[in-house]
Amino acid sequence: MPTRLRINNKPVTVTVDPDMPLLWVLRDELGLVGTKFGCGAGLCGACTVHLDGQPVRACQTPVSAVGTAAITTIEGLSASAMGRKLQDAWVSLDVPQCGYCQAGQLMAAAALLKATPKPGDGEIDAAMTGNLCRCATYTRIRQAIKLAAGVTA
Amino acid sequence: MTGFGPSRRSVLTAGAIAGGGLWIGLSPVNAGTEPASAAALNAFIRIAPDGIVTIIAQNPEIGQGVRTSIPMLIAEELDVDWGQVRIEPALADAKTYGRQVAGGSMATTLQYEPMRRVGAGARAMLVAAAAAGWGVPAAECSTAHGMVRHAGSGRSASYGSLASAAATLPPPDVAKLVLKAPHDFRLIGKPVPGVDNRRIAEGEPLFGIDTRLPGMKYAVFDKCPVPGGSVASADLAAVKARRGVAQAFVVPASGGEGALAAGVAIIADNWWTANQARPHLATKWTLPAGPRQTTAGDNAEAARLAAAAPQRLLVDSGDSKAALAAAVKTVKASYSYPFLAHAPLEPMNCTARVTGDKVEIWAPTQSPEAGRKLVAKVLGVPPANITIHMLRCGGGFGRRLTNEYMVEAAWIARAAGVPVKLVWSREDDMTQGNLRPGGWHNLEAGLAADGSITAWTNHFISYGGPQDFARAAGIDETQFPARFVPNFRLSASVMPLAVPTGYLRAPENNAFGFVMQSFIDELAHAVGADPLAFRQHLLGAPRRFGKDSLDFTGYDSGRARTVLDKAAAMAGWGRKLPDRQGLGIAFHFSHLGYFATVVEAAVATDGAVTVKKLWVAGDVGRQIVNPSGALNQVQGGVLDALGSSLGQAITLEDGAIAQRNFGDYPLLRLADAPPVEVAFVLSDNPPTGLGEPAYPATPPALANAIFAATGVRLRSLPLDTAALKA
Repeated sequence: MPTRLRINNKPVTVTVDPDMPLLWVLRDELGLVGTKFGCGAGLCGACTVHLDGQPVRACQTPVSAVGTAAITTIEGLSASAMGRKLQDAWVSLDVPQCGYCQAGQLMAAAALLKATPKPGDGEIDAAMTGNLCRCATYTRIRQAIKLAAGVTA
Repeated sequence: MTGFGPSRRSVLTAGAIAGGGLWIGLSPVNAGTEPASAAALNAFIRIAPDGIVTIIAQNPEIGQGVRTSIPMLIAEELDVDWGQVRIEPALADAKTYGRQVAGGSMATTLQYEPMRRVGAGARAMLVAAAAAGWGVPAAECSTAHGMVRHAGSGRSASYGSLASAAATLPPPDVAKLVLKAPHDFRLIGKPVPGVDNRRIAEGEPLFGIDTRLPGMKYAVFDKCPVPGGSVASADLAAVKARRGVAQAFVVPASGGEGALAAGVAIIADNWWTANQARPHLATKWTLPAGPRQTTAGDNAEAARLAAAAPQRLLVDSGDSKAALAAAVKTVKASYSYPFLAHAPLEPMNCTARVTGDKVEIWAPTQSPEAGRKLVAKVLGVPPANITIHMLRCGGGFGRRLTNEYMVEAAWIARAAGVPVKLVWSREDDMTQGNLRPGGWHNLEAGLAADGSITAWTNHFISYGGPQDFARAAGIDETQFPARFVPNFRLSASVMPLAVPTGYLRAPENNAFGFVMQSFIDELAHAVGADPLAFRQHLLGAPRRFGKDSLDFTGYDSGRARTVLDKAAAMAGWGRKLPDRQGLGIAFHFSHLGYFATVVEAAVATDGAVTVKKLWVAGDVGRQIVNPSGALNQVQGGVLDALGSSLGQAITLEDGAIAQRNFGDYPLLRLADAPPVEVAFVLSDNPPTGLGEPAYPATPPALANAIFAATGVRLRSLPLDTAALKA
């Protein structure tokens, strides 16, 4: 049965197993490979996307559970002013090492700043600690969030 | 890790590119005699008529920043603005590019000068073309911002406009090129953000796992949890009957080290469908003969070996027995550390397309040429028929130095008859690794009244065969404090190994730093000495061992002393801290870099350890190429070491790895990542790499800080915080 989705403000119809996680619908069915596979178990955050602005783990979200929620992926992040600010901060502060986790980090950070425009360290800790960075670029992730939010480090 | 000396016997090659322009390359004199074809994209630089300079990044990018830092070397001497430079990853092609390996922290060491000469050679040709056109001596021309100028006549020309003419000129003698003086650098030494940052931040396809080909299918490969097992039975029919599954077949082992393991491949329309089908294979394995390795068994065997006479004597200088007998104090201690997994966040994967006897591969790999050899051997195709695209790696840490996943993808794609993207699950990645081997060190030292170490003995228990150590399980005879203690004895015993081991960031050193610098700390406390002063005394007057500063077996105590003192000063060593808080210090030399770390730790009454801050000083020579990437490497390396010390261990049960995902193999998290303050000490030595050497001094600095805070000496990794309860 076709499933209708709204991804980055575009309607999309896919015909897949309703149990198929959104991660694999995005990556393998739709070619939106910016959302990353890290663990398949909701443990690393590399697959973080937004459903109606809320961060979710796409690897743990069956496509049938999305319903009418608007999906935002890393490919759609720059549609918002805050998303662009975060991306610019990530680039200029040279956050990435390997870069593999950073799509998930950016999506988590964008959800944080939507809910808490001027986060303190504790709020950054709470929002970001589920997103693993194997290269441990955490110092710069924190700095980049603060730069985008206009919070003094 | 020796024999990486940079080749100074190279010639520049150059020619025209289609549409008018210049390409320039660098070929070792002794590698291949066929001249490079101008049509081939085999050069380091291409300059188009519009002035856009394309620089080929020769090395695999695993997060160490070489796609940015190595092209910076070329751009510097070429004298172009970074904004007019585009970076293109090289194909795997050792004949054209030389060594293309992300390993040993060697890119900067090997390329610092040769890549500058490539840039300088292209610049010289552009100047010669301009000078000839203007009828002026080349020596009167200068360059800047991608332009050649002649001050006398006020003329100038862009590189783009000169490229075609330059392409007709003979390349200059690489050895005679005059390089810039460091004070003239415009790019080297300036922080430059990674060239892929924007694409990363926007989620563009970039990594190996992002590869998509027309008609491509997705594969999982189910392998035996015990290495060396073969498929006894698998319900292929049940799997093939599932919707979305295209094929399922048994893959036989090819034999040979690092080659194809036996397993079952499932090919499907998407990866999830393939992976969901996997349990329905109900694969039964024929396990390899022989005893199955277990962590408990290894620990018991290590204790047995430690109590017996060593099997091999590696170093025996002076008379350690007599010196121990004469010492005013002796200290004995045993240290150990576990197997570790690399756990890069991008699981092993590879995409392959086989057409006849031609193989095309898209791989995140640290060592493409080794992969080419392996694929050629296992598939029986000529190496020249294999094209390897080096995709950005979502982390390496040494895991992608071996290329099993490349061979698997190629074999499966050929058998399937369609292009295939093979992706390992996280569980595959965790349980099918090349592990950092565990090890045990049984140490004894003798001390003199003045706090000098007079004797040091180490019976190292490791893995290996009768003649050798297993991969990454050996010990170098020059490992500190060799040569700094007059009576020094290093011996070893080994037990057999049934799981594959491999190189993990700062191989061997990542464990030795912890052992040696923790034990040195014990010795300092045993004589009531300050841990910093004790180390300063041990290093003594500055002296250098080894051929030169690029000798992996060398040691420069002056450089070690300088970073030690610097880190101590940064941390305010000696300051008083509240109860259950402490500072720990350590230093280590590996991969040609000298690093010292100070950790400030607080230990709660329940044993929980909080690292408040780290101060790190490093010396990797006279020039930091890209300070932004360099700082990132050091902070990351140090935090990596912290994370592994606090919670990571791979254990073996019945021959198989017990850990499966990040739930039981925890990585450091943002909330637990303390600030890391870094200082680079510039010394008059050639620039060397940074991917690895910052790691080894951190685990002992942490253990030493914990001792300072609690008086409890933890001699095993990961650190058992339960032992720290008040």
